[in-house]
Amino acid sequence: MLMTSAMVALQGIALSVAGTVLLASGFAWRILRCWDINSGSELQLRLERRTYLISTLLGFALGAELLSLLLFVHTAESLSSQFVGAMCATGVLNINGFGFPALLLKITVFFLAAVWLLLNRVDHQGRDYPLIRVKYGLLLLIAPLTVAELATQTGYLLGLEPEVITSCCGSLFSSESHGVAAELSSLPPKPALIGFYAAGMLILGVGLAFLRRIWLGPVFAASSLLLFGVAIAAIIAFLSLYVYENPNHHCPFCLLKAGYNYVGYALYPPLFAATAFGLGAGIIAPFHRIASLQTVIPNEVRRLTRLALAGFWLFYMLSTGLILQSGLILMG
Amino acid sequence: MPALLERQKYLIDYTLAALLRHKTRNLGLLLVYALLVFLFSSVLLLSQSLRREAATLLQDTPEVMVQRLVAGRHDLLPAAWLEPLRRIRGVSAVQGRLWGYYYDPAVKANYTLMVAPDRDLAANDILIGAALARIRQLSIGDILSLPTTTGKPLPLKVAGILDAASELLSADLMLLSETGYRTLFNPPPDTYTDAVLTVRNRREARTVAEKIALALPGSRPILRTEILRTYDAVFNWREGIVFITLGAVLLAFMILAWDKAAGLSAEEKREIGILKAIGWETGDILRMKLWEGALLSLTAFLAGYALAYWQVFYGGTRLFAPVLKGWAMLYPDFRLTPAVDLLHVLALLAVTVLPYIVATLIPIWRAATADPDAVMRG
Repeated sequence: MLMTSAMVALQGIALSVAGTVLLASGFAWRILRCWDINSGSELQLRLERRTYLISTLLGFALGAELLSLLLFVHTAESLSSQFVGAMCATGVLNINGFGFPALLLKITVFFLAAVWLLLNRVDHQGRDYPLIRVKYGLLLLIAPLTVAELATQTGYLLGLEPEVITSCCGSLFSSESHGVAAELSSLPPKPALIGFYAAGMLILGVGLAFLRRIWLGPVFAASSLLLFGVAIAAIIAFLSLYVYENPNHHCPFCLLKAGYNYVGYALYPPLFAATAFGLGAGIIAPFHRIASLQTVIPNEVRRLTRLALAGFWLFYMLSTGLILQSGLILMG
Repeated sequence: MPALLERQKYLIDYTLAALLRHKTRNLGLLLVYALLVFLFSSVLLLSQSLRREAATLLQDTPEVMVQRLVAGRHDLLPAAWLEPLRRIRGVSAVQGRLWGYYYDPAVKANYTLMVAPDRDLAANDILIGAALARIRQLSIGDILSLPTTTGKPLPLKVAGILDAASELLSADLMLLSETGYRTLFNPPPDTYTDAVLTVRNRREARTVAEKIALALPGSRPILRTEILRTYDAVFNWREGIVFITLGAVLLAFMILAWDKAAGLSAEEKREIGILKAIGWETGDILRMKLWEGALLSLTAFLAGYALAYWQVFYGGTRLFAPVLKGWAMLYPDFRLTPAVDLLHVLALLAVTVLPYIVATLIPIWRAATADPDAVMRG
């Protein structure tokens, strides 16, 4: 077993996030059962006050989750010297079966918490808390995920055996092996490149249409999620090749290394933020018929959509810049 | 957006004024908070720079080291082994090394003795490390007499003192000639302590090691990367252990922060009551209190981190050094290269600021949701 300060910190974060979210979902359960906006009872008043606590707790959880996501990838990266065969985060995450599930859970919890906070923001602007049941229903969905995250992360960190010979990005992200990563790596560059820019045009089109027709919300949310997937696939399929200037190196984590000017830290944040905004905008939009939110939601949705489009635009600009300034010629 | 920023600006403004109104109360918490950050960041900065130092030092060492094992213990390596090692494809140079330790009862310390063929030392000449020169009060030209294994004293002349810049490596080092070494320790002829190999292609080091293990079954090849890995693991482990022991301090701090946030003075309660009565919403009070925590955390974090930085890189690393560095009689006196690592700042934020926020969230919410009339009355 290995132990570093970052692992202690990661476990601390996971424990406190799971703890606060469980605490919040305990309150959420009561709210779901007893909430009655028309009642003036003492219980209702107490519940209304609790809503402030829950949104503060969730805000904290989101911030902590973001920190934990960064720390997790960074820790995996820094431990790569400890394992035979590992050269970056991929190898270290592959040491046992819990590494990638833990990472995926972290990303999922991050997006769900972001959507929750956006819902909460809109809900607070409506005078009668119209989204309260939707919000707390979602919270009850997030809670088990944070517990699962704590469990997988604990399993992962406890199972870090330095004797294990792992396989690194070279073998996971290679066209000869099997699995999702290998499938993505073996995508031919030209169609992948076309697909990448087509997806960009799609989100732009859907986004612009959505700014005028609010009923397109679910389509925009789905497109944002789709674009997130396409972007990750593009990073694995060809963007990484251009950055590393190597036709066989497909790793999405090596982008975070000093050797490549930490370019990943410029590339991932706009993508994650834009996806979160896009998801939020799309999920909020269908509630625009609620009387108390009729003016709030269209404004909020427009703002979020613009932010999402700006984020995606930044991501595409950065990617295009990386492709253009690269010395690699992938398509002759 | 500007309206939102404006609002936050006024909130910060109010919060700062409120913090300054209760100076002594907040100063106490701030001091304890900064001390906590200081303790954690000292450990991190120190172990991180020790790791870095080890990596830099090992950068120029040979890729593979070969020892001979007899009954699981390190034994002298016969000179006849050098030839088969040289014949392994990919090996560009092989050198037998002679080295050992010498316990000097006069200063109750161990010296590291090593034969330096490239220094062209005369039979009785030695070069010594700076710490050794200090402790035995030797300078160039002095004679150091050491008893040999036969009991006869061997006079050795100090021909030079090793550069103080290399003290981390050479503090207790004594370089001598092969003749001097063999007279002092009297090892069997045609034997070496171990052998070092230079490998043309660094990436082949592991394959070369496998070939050595096959060709010479009684040998133990050690890779440079393995040594580095061990150093990493050891420092990581020590750092983690210190972190866990500091956990008790963290818990005490969380209780203090909770207590401080929960136990509002009558005056503070009245303030909140008045703010609500003049139209502040619960959300505003909550935001104001969160800003208070954020400002306090930021100040404490910066102060604690800066203090730790100074302590580790310029103040002599008194704290935690014995736990993290290890110790010896002839300990090198060295200065660490200053460096800040993002990962460590993140980890530090997670172990100091996050617990503070967790501890204060519920008390803050309690204070913010109190009824104005209730708090003003009572």
